[in-house]
Amino acid sequence: MSRSAIDLWVGIFVAIGLGAIVFLALKVGNLLTLDNAPGYRLEARFDNIGGLKLRAPVKAAGVVVGRVESVRLDPKTYEAVVSLRIDREFQFTKDTIASINTSGLLGEVYIGLDAGGDVALLKDGERIAKTQSAMVVEKLISQFLFDKAAEGGGQKK
Amino acid sequence: MHADVLAGLAQGLRRLGSTVTGGVSKLGYASRFLLAVLWHSPQAFRRIQLTLREIYFAGVLSLVIILMSGMFVGMVLSLQGYETLKRYGADEQLGILVALALVRELGPVIAGLLFASRAGSAITAEIGLMKTTEQLTAMEMMAVDPLARVIAPRFWGGVISLPLLAALFSAFGIFGGYVVGVRLIGIDDGAFWGQMQAGVDFWPDVTNGIIKSVVFAVAVSLIAVFEGYDSKPTAEGVSTATTRTVVISSLAILALDFVMTVFMFRGAGT
Repeated sequence: MSRSAIDLWVGIFVAIGLGAIVFLALKVGNLLTLDNAPGYRLEARFDNIGGLKLRAPVKAAGVVVGRVESVRLDPKTYEAVVSLRIDREFQFTKDTIASINTSGLLGEVYIGLDAGGDVALLKDGERIAKTQSAMVVEKLISQFLFDKAAEGGGQKK
Repeated sequence: MHADVLAGLAQGLRRLGSTVTGGVSKLGYASRFLLAVLWHSPQAFRRIQLTLREIYFAGVLSLVIILMSGMFVGMVLSLQGYETLKRYGADEQLGILVALALVRELGPVIAGLLFASRAGSAITAEIGLMKTTEQLTAMEMMAVDPLARVIAPRFWGGVISLPLLAALFSAFGIFGGYVVGVRLIGIDDGAFWGQMQAGVDFWPDVTNGIIKSVVFAVAVSLIAVFEGYDSKPTAEGVSTATTRTVVISSLAILALDFVMTVFMFRGAGT
């Protein structure tokens, strides 16, 4: 096989090999879409974030509008401070409520944003004032059991 | 009677000892050999045509088997994954299952195993035959270093080819999974890709897969050229060396994969 034919085939091989890596990065790994999209940052404080993880989606009306960028604990108030990166094309009102939800019974944990009726909009770096913490299933069950026990005690009297 | 038993025992111990020391000294020789190959690499790169030729033989000619296997593995993963996920009503997560399995494990590992049997054995046989027919000695007589002229191009041809082949394997596997999952079974197109993109991250998942394939490429290429260079210069010696290349590379790939997986994915969360 001649030298130029080998060059051509090796060139094609390397090109489609690199193409496969780019495919894995962009189409499968979703490297660029939301990370490098221009966005702005919002902060929300929760009493309990449940199973929220980094890069969890932020959804408004079920549509992904951003990602969780960082989670840390405020050492004074013992609240979880969650930093959200929101796509620039979506603006939210000042009275937006942020809540931690779970999609389905076993699904992923995400942050839901419910916009209110305020005219003023949240700006970069501002804090979402109204938040709703994650529901912890164990607490719900124990509360339910205690309520039942209390009812039972009341009937005996 | 006692003397017989003792002699038998002593012989057994002697054989065990010589196997162990032989193995360890071979490992030492292989390490020295790797350094020598790296040392001669700049000299080999000055004649880049030699390496391109080896990429052609090791990489381009392995394309068909890698792409076909990738497709079929992806299709089977999709079918089997669907059967299990369906029981939990999570069949839309099929995209994540297929993509993560291929990108993290199956792409690098199966591409490495196929590469060891398809290209590694050929490299060993070629070098072994060159040694048997005293071509390597003839080169030395002509003041051409066989390490730079024969060994280093084949080593680098393998090191460059395998990561690209592994990426192609994963890409075609995901395509095969897409064909079966979306076209045949009828999972929603958007859910398949959307769940995949939400569940697969470039940094830990795709890059770790690429790192794995690079490590496998170095291991397989080194074993292939070393076994050829170290083979006994007889017809039987070449055939033994070729078999050893396939066996040792396959074991090395699986063992290295376990070690790397422990470091890369343990405690990484979801």
